[in-house]
Amino acid sequence: MSGLGPVPLRAAAIRPAILSLERVGLVYEAKDGSAVEALASVDIEVRQNEFLVIVGPSGCGKSTLLKLMVGLLRPSSGRILHRGEPMQEMLKDVGMVAQSPLLLPWRSVVDNVLLPIEILRLNRKQYLPQAHRLLESVGLEGFAEKSPRALSGGMQQRVALCRALITDPPLLLMDEPFAALDALTRDEMAQELARIWEQRMKTVVFVTHGVAEAVLLADRVIVMSPRPGRVAREIPIDLPHPRAEARRQRARFAEYEETIRDFIFSFKEA
Amino acid sequence: MRKRVLRLAGHYAPPTLLVAALIVAWHWVTVWFDISPIILPAPLAVLEAGIRFRDLLPEQILVTVTETILGLVVSLAIAVPLAILVVWAPLLRRTIYPVILAGQSVPKVALAPLFLIWIGYGIVSKVLIAASIAFFPIMVNTVAGLSLVEPDLLDMVRVLRASTLQTFLKIRIPTAMPHFFSGTKVAVTLAVIGSVVGEFVGADKGLGYLMMAAGSQMNTAMVFVALVILSLTGVILFGLVELVQRLTCPWSTGE
Repeated sequence: MSGLGPVPLRAAAIRPAILSLERVGLVYEAKDGSAVEALASVDIEVRQNEFLVIVGPSGCGKSTLLKLMVGLLRPSSGRILHRGEPMQEMLKDVGMVAQSPLLLPWRSVVDNVLLPIEILRLNRKQYLPQAHRLLESVGLEGFAEKSPRALSGGMQQRVALCRALITDPPLLLMDEPFAALDALTRDEMAQELARIWEQRMKTVVFVTHGVAEAVLLADRVIVMSPRPGRVAREIPIDLPHPRAEARRQRARFAEYEETIRDFIFSFKEA
Repeated sequence: MRKRVLRLAGHYAPPTLLVAALIVAWHWVTVWFDISPIILPAPLAVLEAGIRFRDLLPEQILVTVTETILGLVVSLAIAVPLAILVVWAPLLRRTIYPVILAGQSVPKVALAPLFLIWIGYGIVSKVLIAASIAFFPIMVNTVAGLSLVEPDLLDMVRVLRASTLQTFLKIRIPTAMPHFFSGTKVAVTLAVIGSVVGEFVGADKGLGYLMMAAGSQMNTAMVFVALVILSLTGVILFGLVELVQRLTCPWSTGE
């Protein structure tokens, strides 16, 4: 898979869908017993090897969307197909990264990375070199035996990324993974993620409210409307990878950012 | 090495100075106001009483400390498994928790005479009184700690198909450790109170018994001897729990 290299965007459209959300709605019961409609008739296709970014104002059900995709929640209406089949249970081989790194302070960095291996009752020894390779790839080779507490927020989130990648899952779901980081670290992490994606060609669904991040990373950006969330617009980002270099085309970057921002702000005025 | 000594000195100097200042103030209060030693003996008189009865003390200390530690062990043995059970099965939580809460509202001190009637004047009744007082903070803190795991982390291991046992062993129990130790530290000082109250109600040994006996003879200095030893016992036991915490889960001490 890594030998494939970056695929031109044109090919993305004909890639098979890994996940298809069809008219998915989600209604949940609030604490006071009233029904809250979080999502209304959402149609999204997640295609093989694409980097899909979902942006939208807070409260548009972005995180809920990820929970539906992995199977932690079931849709109230509509259906979700996994590789063409109705989804029966939670996805198996999927990496998850949340807003906070969720590292366990009683485990060393490398033991945190190996947590999924232990839970899956796989052979720890067999995955140890892989864990070190992953840490090395994010510049943390010297921190394997350290406590995660000794690490900065950005470094901790890198460890969380390594943990999500340790089983080499084909699909990565990321819920505002850089939201808690400062602007500089955030930018650095986004570029690092872009690099990892370009090298490994995984399918990534990335939820954020950072517009610049979205343009830097995405093949496609989906803009959600406020609650009840629905797909307001789908914007393919037709810029070449690696994006760090494509960034020199400032005008086109800015144009995309503006288009997305205009959309998000149009909800506020409406 | 020198730095370490200086750091330790810096750490322990303020509380030591405070205690010293309080003792000096105590001394001068008794002198200035010419207080009768039956009401408030001077610190030196207390020290003197302690030295005079030094052969008597070790046995009383041993009895009370034994009662306290056994009481703590009994309450740990009940509270911790119960806490795990309650978090494991939400139905149990709804069933047992209100009952435990109601139980906590009963003043255990008032139950002490009952324990004596049921079990007798021996050490066991004191152990049970200490255990019943120490139980609640351990249970409540452990339940809180076991429940404090981040929902996103639980989602993550759920997707990995973690069993309930794995969730407890790898995540919930280590997460709960700092809270468990906070509860145990409170509990150990309460357990000291429990054993002393038990001895007040009826005993022929222990620091609580010594206080009652000395009090009835108007030997106030001796009452103070027992008091000082009791508070030192509390501090030392507290420190021991903290030491165990540092040794078993160094990540939980916030250093």
